[in-house]
Amino acid sequence: MNPAVLIASVYVFALAAFLGYQVISRVPPLLHTPLMSATNAISGISLIGSLVLAGAVRNQLSAHILGFVAVTAATINVVGGFGITDRMLKMFGKRKPQANPSREAAK
Amino acid sequence: MTLTSYFMEATYLIASILFILALKKMSHPETARRGMFLAEGGMFAAIVGTLVGAHIVTWVWIIAGLALGSIIGAWMAVSVPMTAMPQRTALSHAFGALAASLVGVGEFLVHANQMTGVTRGALGFEVMLGALTTTGSLIAAGKLQGVIAGKPIQFRGQNALNLIVFLSMTASFLYFWMHPEVVAFFYVMLGLAFVFGVMLVIPIGSADMPVVMSLLNSYAGLAAAATGFVLSNNVLIIAGTLDGFSGFILSVLMCKAMNRSITNVLFGGFGAVIAEATSNAGGVMREISLDDAAMQLAFANRVVFVPGYGLATAQAQHACRELGELLEGRGVTVKYAIHPVAGRMPGHMNVLLAEANVPYSSLYEMEQINPEFPSTDVAVVIGANDVVNPDARDNPKSLIAGMPILEVDRAKSVIVLKRGQGRGFSGLENPLFFKPCTTMLYGDAKSSLSHLAQAVQHV
Repeated sequence: MNPAVLIASVYVFALAAFLGYQVISRVPPLLHTPLMSATNAISGISLIGSLVLAGAVRNQLSAHILGFVAVTAATINVVGGFGITDRMLKMFGKRKPQANPSREAAK
Repeated sequence: MTLTSYFMEATYLIASILFILALKKMSHPETARRGMFLAEGGMFAAIVGTLVGAHIVTWVWIIAGLALGSIIGAWMAVSVPMTAMPQRTALSHAFGALAASLVGVGEFLVHANQMTGVTRGALGFEVMLGALTTTGSLIAAGKLQGVIAGKPIQFRGQNALNLIVFLSMTASFLYFWMHPEVVAFFYVMLGLAFVFGVMLVIPIGSADMPVVMSLLNSYAGLAAAATGFVLSNNVLIIAGTLDGFSGFILSVLMCKAMNRSITNVLFGGFGAVIAEATSNAGGVMREISLDDAAMQLAFANRVVFVPGYGLATAQAQHACRELGELLEGRGVTVKYAIHPVAGRMPGHMNVLLAEANVPYSSLYEMEQINPEFPSTDVAVVIGANDVVNPDARDNPKSLIAGMPILEVDRAKSVIVLKRGQGRGFSGLENPLFFKPCTTMLYGDAKSSLSHLAQAVQHV
């Protein structure tokens, strides 16, 4: 890594940290569990590093195997994380019961 | 740069923007779900971009990993009950961190010779954070699931041993950084990081898990960000940093909600101190019959439910919502008061009640609901103890002094649903239970609540 790239990376890191602080402190406590599971799914972005490790090197079995395990783990993180976040947010999207006559009818 | 590389970089930029937009939309429950679609789109774009632009030569391992991971991930997403959300999230942290540390190890295997000092430093952080988060999260998940005893595991000289492990890990990192040709130190560092993760979490009790979960969330994110530094990949840095900071903010909030510092949670072993320093809040607890309790609720104007983790362990969310709806049907105003650490991870109680179809507009945070208690006719405490302990506010000698509480004791009357006369996880006596306005309804929360609902119908 040459110094110019390092400096650019530090900029990105600092700005992302600032932006993250701004954005995330606006999330209400109501949604803290989905928030954690969503950010966790997003950090499954290490999947792209895993993909490169698993596939971009020729004939190096150890790298392939490490890459395979990493791709599996990261994919679990991404698919499971987004799936469960969506399940939770669906529940929060529901209207108040008064505004939903079908539930009254179901009783 | 070739055309495909440009394409890949473009997808990374789009992914970064979509991730930030998604988190912005998390600020409201109505928009949050749409936000997640954006994030999913961003993730998909980044994956496609990588597969197109990263000069992939062998596809077998990639396809196998993606397929296997998708199956397990989808299965976890569909099958996990909401009560098990903390365990699942902890497991997910473990997987994410494992991926980050393995990418680091792979990077070391393939490119160790061409690395500059800066890259090696980032690599060290990536591998250490990733490894300790992996084992730490596994232990946390085990504790939450009940596979490992939830009680803090402590022994003499624990902090000293932890310090030794930490220092040895740091020393091997430094040695690896200066002498990358000595391969052994890299692996010693990796192994010690795995050990350190275990040591970090075993002394912490289940009730402190909200803090631990948030911290591990933060570490997992920072590990991903460090991966970004190693690979000079901005989308990794951005996504990892967002995750790292979200975890950090949540840990600070959780600590505030317990009035404790992070060091105290990590090294204090709170749950182990049993009952030595309790105030002698003597007196009698008055028991109340189901019918009397139902009568009180049915003729109240304002009722506030205060659910604690005991509600979740008794699986009583649905029974609680049914009782609440019955009361609302009689014209009673029903609200739910949620303490920030009610549950085993930040916001857990909200999810459990939302699953039971309690509309989120009835869920109130501590700051919102506390001023309303004096005008509340009946506060119903279900399986909560320390978060409603007035000692935290009134008794400066109490172990939990200064912890913000739900001021249930200011309500006109309080009904406490409790399994028995035992104490809460901290072993503290709760003066609330001895107050003249408080009555106790003993029994399993779920059956108590459904019996209450029946009794209310017959009033």
